[in-house]
Amino acid sequence: MTTPGFRLSSRSTWTLRFFVALALAFVYVPLVVVVINSFNSDSTFSWPPRGFTLEWWRRAKDSSGMLDALRHSVTVGLAATVVALILGTLAAFALHRNRFFGKEAVSLLIVLPIALPGIVTGIALSNAFTTILGVGISVWSLVIAHATFCIVVVFNNVVARLRRLGGDVEEASMDLGATRLTTFRLVTLPNLGSALLAGGLLAFALSFDEIVVTTFTAPPDVQTLPLWIYSNLLSRQQAPIVNVAAAGLIVLSTIPIYLSQRLSGDGTGGRL
Amino acid sequence: MSAPATAQEAGPPQSTWMRRASAFLHRHDRVRVAGLVAAPLLWLGLIYLVALAALFVTAFWRVDFGVSVTREWNIDNFTKLWQQDVYRTVVVRTVLVASAVTVIDAVLALPVAFYMAKVAGPTTAKLLVVALLTPLWASYLVKAFAWRAMVTPGGVLESAFGWTPGFGLTSVVVTLAYLWLPFMVLPLYAGFQKMPDSMLEASSDLGARPGRTLRSVAFPMVVPSLIAGSVFTFSLSLGDYIAVKNVGGKTQMLGNLVFDRQATDIPFAAALATVSVAIMVVYLALVRRSGALENL
Repeated sequence: MTTPGFRLSSRSTWTLRFFVALALAFVYVPLVVVVINSFNSDSTFSWPPRGFTLEWWRRAKDSSGMLDALRHSVTVGLAATVVALILGTLAAFALHRNRFFGKEAVSLLIVLPIALPGIVTGIALSNAFTTILGVGISVWSLVIAHATFCIVVVFNNVVARLRRLGGDVEEASMDLGATRLTTFRLVTLPNLGSALLAGGLLAFALSFDEIVVTTFTAPPDVQTLPLWIYSNLLSRQQAPIVNVAAAGLIVLSTIPIYLSQRLSGDGTGGRL
Repeated sequence: MSAPATAQEAGPPQSTWMRRASAFLHRHDRVRVAGLVAAPLLWLGLIYLVALAALFVTAFWRVDFGVSVTREWNIDNFTKLWQQDVYRTVVVRTVLVASAVTVIDAVLALPVAFYMAKVAGPTTAKLLVVALLTPLWASYLVKAFAWRAMVTPGGVLESAFGWTPGFGLTSVVVTLAYLWLPFMVLPLYAGFQKMPDSMLEASSDLGARPGRTLRSVAFPMVVPSLIAGSVFTFSLSLGDYIAVKNVGGKTQMLGNLVFDRQATDIPFAAALATVSVAIMVVYLALVRRSGALENL
């Protein structure tokens, strides 16, 4: 889509293409290696692979540790997503098209849990849960922690949609006599549907994948999938199953992202 | 997708109570905003801000015999941090690694984002967005793990090129750059997309060659996006300890120190964490004026 007045020389275009190819290789080679390795017949890591086997995938299917972890990840992810959807949407409505004192501070506060290093968020929350907040470390502390850093993705998606929507349809609705609440219910909310879904999917993916904050806020009996992988990463016995879990996780965690890109429809593919 | 609200859909006339509430909210902006912002603000304030504040306070306490935290105000943790070479070295190393990671990601992301937003046709662009960004959101742990297989002696790099950086600082920089790349590509792509084509046209109509247009028109316009991306690449590098442990061999970064100390000496870990937050606050304050924070 080169514009009439601005044309890159074919050399510059090829330089750009080279960078794109480089980025693609950078992105895919390590992931492909993980997937290939899950079929590697050698149980310790060897490259190039010695042979092809489906044995590890068959064993992974019955690995109760891994399946329990998967279940925990899904439960925590869903709970955190619900909280994030509510709080993120409320915040988006509050900050969109309203000016008030401290507005900048509020938007900074929303992004802070993911803008600060995960380990800071992690030890701050675990320290507070066990001391002043008195919540203790349980599955609830884990959900609270995850919801806290998931709010921002919902917020960003809803704000982006509200901006694109503009105020016209809402004004039209109110001009036609609908009250504010009716307008919200029948005009605004239906238009937000796919943005909420996209934000929710991203929040779930973020929670599903998180490990640093999780390490500090999860109780010992609730191992999420990333925690399970991490604790078995260097164990010789579990290594092939870990490879399978890793390969599976690449696919699993990609699905919600892909869907949210399709849904958010703003081209940037679901904002973080 | 839009739902035209017809009279039938609106259902029976609303009760006067609802009507009154609605009208009241309509007239009182402040009440409306306060009602909306209350829940998220309470959540983030009561949980997150309180937790951060408590952590900073803890940094000024001390731990006795590696067991209990003594609530006695002192700045020993910070003097220890400042005076012992090992901690200073780690802090400096961490900032340098975070900067290197940010630069690498910017160099890689700028041409890619520009190509996606302004050069490629709409179909190619869409495919590239999906191809580049989808897998990069995929599991952090798996990606850090993947680089272990890449750089390990006898691993992928060595068998393909006969050379590998092995476990160490270089691998840490490469792995972190790999992990945080989408955080840079995404805002830059959005920034280039927002930039009207007419800007580039105007520049070349006025006689600028493409290189000059890119340098003097396109680049300055995406600086806020670049900064927005760098907030993430920088901050995430500051706190990482898993990838560092995975591919870094004996390399220690700030995140590793925090992790190692938090089990036995929470006050000192808190002081270390305070340092990384302080670095981020300084960075955020420096970039605030650019308006980049609006793009986060």
